[in-house]
Formats: sequence, C-alpha cells, structure tokens
Amino acid sequence: MDTFVQQLINGLNVGAIYALIALGYTMVYGILRLINFAHGDVYMVGAFAGYFIALSFGLAAGPSLLSLGIVLLGSMIVAAIVGMIIERFAYRPVRKYSRMTTLIMAIGVSLLIENLFVARIGAAPRAFPDFLGSQSQPPIHLFGNAAISKAQIIIFLVSIALMVLLQWVVFKTKVGTAMRAVSFNLNSAKLMGINTDAIISLTFAIGSSLAAAGGVLTAQYNPNIDPLMGILTGLKAFVAAVLGGIGNIPGAVLGGLLIGAAETFVVGYGSQIGIASTYRDAVAFAILILVLLLRPSGLLGSTVQEKV
Amino acid sequence: MPTFLKRILGLVVVVVLLIGMNAFMSRAGLFGFGLPYYYAEIINLTGISIILAVSLNLITGYTGQFSIGHAGFMAVGAYSSVFMTVYYSEGLEQWLTGLIGASVAQALVFLAVIIFGALVAAVAGLVVGIPSLRLRGDYLAIVTLGFAEIIRIIILNIDRVGGATGFRGRVPPWEGRLIIPPYGNFIWIGGFAVITIVVVYNIVNSDTGRALISIREDELAAEAMGINTTRHKVLAFVISSAFAGIAGALFGHFRQFLHTNDFQFIRSIEIIIMIVLGGMGSITGAVLGAIVITILPELLRKLPGDLYGYRLVIYSALLIVIMLTRPQGVMGAKELGLSWLKRAQRRPEGDKPVGEKGVPIAQQPATAGMDQGKEQGK
Amino acid sequence: MKRTLFALFLITTLLICFACERRGNETNGSGTGPILVGYYGDLSGRTSSFGQSTKNGAEMAADEINKAGGINGRMIQIITEDDQGEPNKAATVVTKLINQDKVAALLGEVASSNSLAAAPKAQEAKVPMISPSSTNPAVTQVGDYIFRVCFIDPFQGEVMAKFSANNLKAKRAAILYDFNSDYSRGLYEFFKRSFISQGGQIVSEKSYTQGDRDFSGQLTAIRAANPDVIYVPGYYGEVGVISNQTKQLGIKAPLLGGDGWDAPQLWQLGGASLNGNYISNHYSVDDPSPAIQKFVADYKARYNILPDALAALGYDSMKVLADAIKRAGSTENVKLRDAIAQTRDFPGVTGKITLDKDRNAVKPAVVLKLENSKFVYETTIAPEGSAPAGTSSAPASGGTSAGPAGAPAPPAKAASPTN
Repeated sequence: MDTFVQQLINGLNVGAIYALIALGYTMVYGILRLINFAHGDVYMVGAFAGYFIALSFGLAAGPSLLSLGIVLLGSMIVAAIVGMIIERFAYRPVRKYSRMTTLIMAIGVSLLIENLFVARIGAAPRAFPDFLGSQSQPPIHLFGNAAISKAQIIIFLVSIALMVLLQWVVFKTKVGTAMRAVSFNLNSAKLMGINTDAIISLTFAIGSSLAAAGGVLTAQYNPNIDPLMGILTGLKAFVAAVLGGIGNIPGAVLGGLLIGAAETFVVGYGSQIGIASTYRDAVAFAILILVLLLRPSGLLGSTVQEKV
Repeated sequence: MPTFLKRILGLVVVVVLLIGMNAFMSRAGLFGFGLPYYYAEIINLTGISIILAVSLNLITGYTGQFSIGHAGFMAVGAYSSVFMTVYYSEGLEQWLTGLIGASVAQALVFLAVIIFGALVAAVAGLVVGIPSLRLRGDYLAIVTLGFAEIIRIIILNIDRVGGATGFRGRVPPWEGRLIIPPYGNFIWIGGFAVITIVVVYNIVNSDTGRALISIREDELAAEAMGINTTRHKVLAFVISSAFAGIAGALFGHFRQFLHTNDFQFIRSIEIIIMIVLGGMGSITGAVLGAIVITILPELLRKLPGDLYGYRLVIYSALLIVIMLTRPQGVMGAKELGLSWLKRAQRRPEGDKPVGEKGVPIAQQPATAGMDQGKEQGK
Repeated sequence: MKRTLFALFLITTLLICFACERRGNETNGSGTGPILVGYYGDLSGRTSSFGQSTKNGAEMAADEINKAGGINGRMIQIITEDDQGEPNKAATVVTKLINQDKVAALLGEVASSNSLAAAPKAQEAKVPMISPSSTNPAVTQVGDYIFRVCFIDPFQGEVMAKFSANNLKAKRAAILYDFNSDYSRGLYEFFKRSFISQGGQIVSEKSYTQGDRDFSGQLTAIRAANPDVIYVPGYYGEVGVISNQTKQLGIKAPLLGGDGWDAPQLWQLGGASLNGNYISNHYSVDDPSPAIQKFVADYKARYNILPDALAALGYDSMKVLADAIKRAGSTENVKLRDAIAQTRDFPGVTGKITLDKDRNAVKPAVVLKLENSKFVYETTIAPEGSAPAGTSSAPASGGTSAGPAGAPAPPAKAASPTN
C-alpha cells in the first residue's frame, strides 16, 4: 500500500510539471488553433534562464526560498519575452497561410532554439542549483515506506498557486475575458474593438512564463538540465492538453496529472504485466492515440462542429 | 518510334548507365579509374534520400497529410529485410547458386528481401495509417511522430536484431550469416530511385493522383464529390511507407550495419526539410531537396570554422526562412521540363484565373488548402 | 524535357571526370610528412560531451608529444570529424578520413555502436583503429586492425559483481540501467551473470532512457524489492539525479556503477547523496601517483575543468598510438598494426596497458568509493586471479590474456542468457 501511495505521489509530482506546460499549449491552441511545437523548448529556455540568472547573481545552492523566488520570477519574465518574440516574428507572418505552413514554421522554430543552444553552450547537462535542499534534507515520512520530500511539496504548492492565478486571470479580469473572446471567434473579437494581436502576444507570454516556471521547478527536483530536455516533455505535455480537452484550461491540468500518474504506474508496476519500464515514453503516445480515436474532444472539452 | 520501343530503349540506357556508374564507384574501377570512395558513399546515400523524399512527398506533398514518422517505416523495412538476409537467406542463396550462378542468385535473394521489407513496411503503414489518418494535420504529425518512436523502442528491445549494440550480422546464439552481405550497390540504389520516381509520377498523374490532390486542397469538398478520402489517404500512406521500407532495405545492405540511432526523429525531420526545400508538390523538388540536404553537410565539413556543428541550426533557419519568404519551396508545384499546362487550363490573356495573393491558380503553393480560410465562425 | 535530361547528363559526366582518381594505388600514411591521425566522435549531438572530452585528452597528448620533438622527427596532426553520434555518419566520416585525408591511423569511437559501424571500413582499408572507450566485445572482433585501450564489458561488469558479493557481502541486488545505451546494457548483463554465479539474487531489474528526468517510479519499485545494493551502470547525467532521488525515497542501499559515472558534473548533480556509493574505474583522479597528478594538473590548466575517465582514455589512446609508431619506425600500416598489437605494460594514466591477442586492453580495475565529492580508492581487482575457477563466467573474462577460453569467435555473448 505504501508503494502505491508513493507511486501516486511520484506521478502527481511529474504530472504537475506536465500540467504547467500543457496550460501554455492549450491556451495558444484555443486562440490560434496552432500547436506551438516550440513550447517544449520554451520550458527548456526557462530552465536555462533560471540557471544563468542564478549564476550571474551568484546565488549559491542551499535552501533559500528567496533565491528560488528570484530565479523563478526572472526566468518567467525571460520566457515571456522569448514567447512574444517567437509569436511576433515567426508565427504572425504566416498566420494567414495554410495550416501546414504554420506547422512547419513551428517545427523550424523549435529546432532552431534547440540547436542554437546545443551549438552555443553544448549538449552536456548542467547542474541547476538546488534551492530547496532536496539534496540534503531528509524526506518526510508519511506511513510505511512512503515519503514525500520538502522539494516535492513546494513544487506542488507553487504549481497549484500558478494555476489558480491563471484561472483567476482568465475568468475574473477584463484581459481574461478578451482572451476568451478571441479564442471563441477571432474576427468577432476584432469587431468588438479588441486588439487581437496584443491579446495573442499576451497569451503567448503567459503560456511561456508558465512553461518556464515548470522548467525551474523541475530543475529543483532533477537538477540535470540540457538543451534537449524540452522535446519529449513538451510532447507529453501536448498529449496532456489533448487528453484534457485542448483549449480547456482545467482540462490541461487534469490531463497533466493523469499522464504523470499513468507513466509512473506503468514504470513501477508494468513489469508485472509484461511492459518493461522502457516503454515509459510510449505511454503518453498510446494515450494520445486512444483519446483521439475514442474521444477526440478530450475529457473536459466539447465537440466542435467543423463548418464548411 | 512506337512508345513501347522507346520505353524499352530508355530502360536499357538506364540499366547500362547504372552498371557503368556502379563499376566506376567500385574497388575495381572502370578502365582503371574510379570515383573516390567518399564521393561514392555520398552518391549512394543521396540515392537513398531521393527514395525517401519522393515517397514522403506522395503523402505529405500531394495528399497534404503531414507525416513525421517516415524514419520509422524506413527502420521497419531495414530491419525486416536485413533480418531475412542474415537469418533465413543463406540456404536459399546457396541452392540458387547451384542452379543459376552466384550473381543471379544474389540478385534474386536481394530482390526478395527488399520486397519483403517493403511489404512489412507497408503493413506497418497500414497499422499506423488507419487510426491516424482520420486526424487533422497537427494531430497527425504528433501521432506519426509517436508511432515512429514506438517502433524504434520496440526494435531496440529485440535482441535478435542487435538491440542497443547494433545489427552487424547474426547474434549468438541464433545461427545465421556472420555479417550482412554488401548487396546494396549503386545499381540497386540508383535503380530503385528511378523506379520510385517513375511510380510516384505515374500515380500523381492518374485519377488516383488527382483524387489525392483534391484531398489536399479541400478534404470536405472532395468527400462531397464522392471520393472516399479515407481509402485514398490510407493508400497513399501505405505506398509511401512501402517505399520508405525499400529505402531502408537498401540502406541496411549498403551500410552493412543497422542501429536505431540512425532512425531517430531527426532523420524524419531531415526528410521533411528535403521536401519543404524542394517544393512539396513537385517530384523534381523532392529530388533536388534530397540532393542538397545530403550533400550540404559534407560541403560544410570542408568549410573553415565550425560550420558543421552549426549544421542543424542552418537547417532550422533555412526552414524558417523558406516558410517566411517562399513557402512553396524552390520548385513550387512545378516539375522540370513538364508542361504545367496539364495542371490548369490557361485562359486567354487578360483573363487569367487569380487565386491567393494575386498569384495565378496554376502556380499556387502546394501548401494551399488544408483549412485555408476556414477559421471558426466563417 | 529531353534538353534538360541531356544537360543533366552532361553536367554529371563532367563532374565525374573531374572527380575521378586512379584505382589500385591507395596507400595511407607512409611518407615523411606530418603523421595524420583521424579522430572521429560525437561533437555536436546528444552525447557530445563524451566526444569532446575524449578529443581533449587526445589533443593534449598529441601536443605533449609534438613539444617533445614529435615521433622520429615527424609531428602528429589530428584531423577531427564530427559524426553527431550516429552510426551511419560515423561510417561516412571514417571513409572520408581514410580516403580523402589519407590518415595513418584512427582514434575512435567512444560508443560501441558507432565503432561497430566504422570499424569495417578501417579494417577493409587496413588502417589501424584504436578505440579509447568502446567496451562491447564485438568491436575488436571486426578484424586485426581494430584495437582498444579500455577494458571490455564482461570484465567491468564482473568486477562490480565480485566486489558486491565479496567485499560488501551483498546477496540481493537490483539493477537500474540505461536501456538505450549499449555500454549500460552490456555491464548490466555481465554483472547479472556474475552476481548470480556467485550465489546472489537479482531482485529487480528496471531501466530508463538517457534524457529521462524522473526515476521515482523505477526506484519505488526497486525499494519495494528490498535490495542490498543497486547497480546503476549508466552515465553521470542520470546517475547524479538517480542518487538524489534514491535518498529522497529513503533508500539506504548503496549504489554501484562503472566508469560512466566519472565526470566533474556528477558531484553537482548528486551532491551529498552520492556518499557511500562505489564505482569501478580505470583510474582515480585522486590517485596520488605523480604521473596521474601531472596529467590532471595539465588538463585542468589547459581546459579549465577536471578530466573525466573519457579524457584520460583519449589521452592514453593517443599515447599508445604514438608509442607504437615509434617502435614500428614508420606509419606503414602492417608495421604499425603489429607494433600496436605488441603493446606491453605501457604506462598509461588509466593503468598499465597490455593488449592481448584479441586486441583488448588487459589492466586492472580500481574500485572507488564516493565520499565528499571525491573518488576514494577502495581496492583493485585484477583480471587474472579474479576469475573463480570452474565457473561459467570463464568466457566472460575473455578480455584476459590468460586461459585458452579466450577464443575470438562468439565469446561472452554466446552464453548470454538474455535472448
């Protein structure tokens, strides 16, 4: 039983990060019907931004919530700017072209970011400074063998806080209403006097900053950061967004947590039914295929009629 | 000269050229001269890339279905054909050699395993295609990517084909050939490149081809016109996977070594770049793209500085620039030397049909369609 | 249409005429100019830190030799090519080095899969190739021109199995390996075989892929199996984090590993959680011997970072090659091959290197304990005399020069239980 609880904790931990990234995917898709392939790389950029900020401010490892706060905020800002730049110079010019053009453009941007990083700072992993003391502080025991570390608790709390914040922004502010309007119908929103370009930029900014938060938080749990870390994680977060219902914000959170849990359970218990832990990555894709076949609108999404 | 005689003459010329080229590239050389082995390698690899690019073009360029899983089918074809060669072909080859001589026997065996590889890849294409092709562009891309990764992981888990070490020949304790025989030479690679081009060309210029293009342009309209879009999409997917399998089989027997690291996501992306660069609606474009992208890295090696390390940065920048400036690629939808009159009727001066951005319909980028102008609410 | 085809034909013919060369007189490496050595490795792909480290070691060695006057008056010149960690490219690159650059010898590759793809080219062209760190037994079986200066998987896996059974008195072992890495899988297989043959029990086998970020799923399952030790024969990038997550889950069993752990970043990633773990390695950066300390100091001064095991192996591979060239008196391939094959007790920083008849390096392994960001010497395990008599692990010690069991034909892999 304690193993089960442990795996659950592990799964939710992984899932919280997926959820943060999935939010960005779902928001951008809701507005532009575009899968932002480069989003996973923004997560990576966020992690590295945090790394370099910590380096340049001389923030040493060792438990310090203040350091974490600085690094988190800094990386979120940097990522927001990066997200807006990508939108403005890569996606906006091709918005009026066909879907395939934008898709290829997204792939191109993603590759560019990854390879630029690899070429400039090398593919070798770096160690992100640990501000939560996960390397030294003992875990908190729950019962039996199940343990949760302080780092995991904080990661959870911060993720939830950010998601609640997002929910508030989207549903309780004017800007949020504008965002929802744009996602409902771009042209009508324009007619209502909403500056759609600015709203789209803002959406990218918010989504990117959430991904960056995910990057910094995951680096607390696993200090190994490298330029290619965003590829697979980004894809899985995308699957999470689809699972929850793309375009649906609570759906993204639900999807993220579910995928995290599913992965962890397959890895932990899969060998008992013949699935080696090597199939971990396949879990997300398998879920994607099932969702798209059985319930394409996702768990919380609503079906959209395709108009001719 | 009657057409069929012209065709046979063409065939003979091609075969002679291939044999000559192959001799030129081999150790013995042609009349004492040979091509530096390095160049010969590049040419062979280019031939394989051509097969991959032209086949991907069929499903992505002409049918508008974005597939990033091509390397996966290449892997399936490669591994299945090499598996047959290493473990099950020795006996057959020896028996045939007794009957008809070594070189003919080898050629037959090789042809058989290539066909086997193509069939397995086609089946894989069927398995992947049927569920996925119902999905729209963006989702299809991710799903094909996922399938290619799953295929790779599965192969990595099969010890009999080398697992993480790579497949050089038989893996003890199973019995089989010690090393993969070097069947893949320019005759086969060049020959299949030509075959691929001819087959795809014929498909594209037939009724089926027109159906595929109509699916690309407007799937709903095509469906409304009575075209069974799912069936056509799956057909194109299966054919393109089969050719990817052929490319894989040729690759495996050329390199005499297989490892899943050669079939990663980046390989599929390279093929996409080839057809985007060349022009997604054009066979010539795919060929050009394949040649450029295969030769470019080798050229970059020669340049001073660290340009080779920046190779992937250059590719991605290239992709972005092309999408920003000329999304239809170098060739657009045109072919070399083919009359584009076939593609659209030309009206008298002053009355040209005009499409997007004032470009005449005949030269619309191949990426047109695919939900063009179908934003919600319209 | 016809015109374009003809034009293409003409262009191709002209290009071919320019590019052709005479057949029949291809030789590499003889002569009196600089000695051309080809180095190939992953310099810009996923595992580029390995390729880069090895290259650093080799280059430093070459510079030292050149500063001392070169070999018989000839300077060493390294020509580097990047294969991005892909076996296909490794083969292409080696073809280029052999045929275009006409190198006298090759250094590479780090990963066995890439070495296996490229070695046949070297063998066919009769150009000697020394791999600094490919550990799969199959690499040197390609032919008599292929050598290596590291020990092979069978030996290293066995070392740790012996250590845990004899020194740590462990009876239950769990294994967490990198399933995408031939090196990791090789060590896993041989450790398992050896551990079982000594009466131990493998209680859990889990895997991950390089690049994975979370191992808690696997570790929780391993924890439930209650092992005495956990063998993690992977690379430092993941191992550092695994060590961390192990401690966070409250697992007390020590972790064991191989030379893939050895890199300065390991400490940054794993921190204090690494204390109490053990690895098998070629050498120890903290070994007080003057030769090793000089190497470490020179490397640090030159590259601003401490050398890892790969850098040390790259260094040794170049030195072994240079020593062979000196003894052969020329770079003519047959003479050079024979000279390399006769390397005996060469004092490398990674130990005394002797190449056996399978062209593998016979040298002892050291077991090091991790303590406070240092590798502390624990014990040495030598190849001879470590194989318990009459066990089925005899083929596994095929890397030794002793014993008739070292037949070149399918050695250790033949008895591999994992089918």
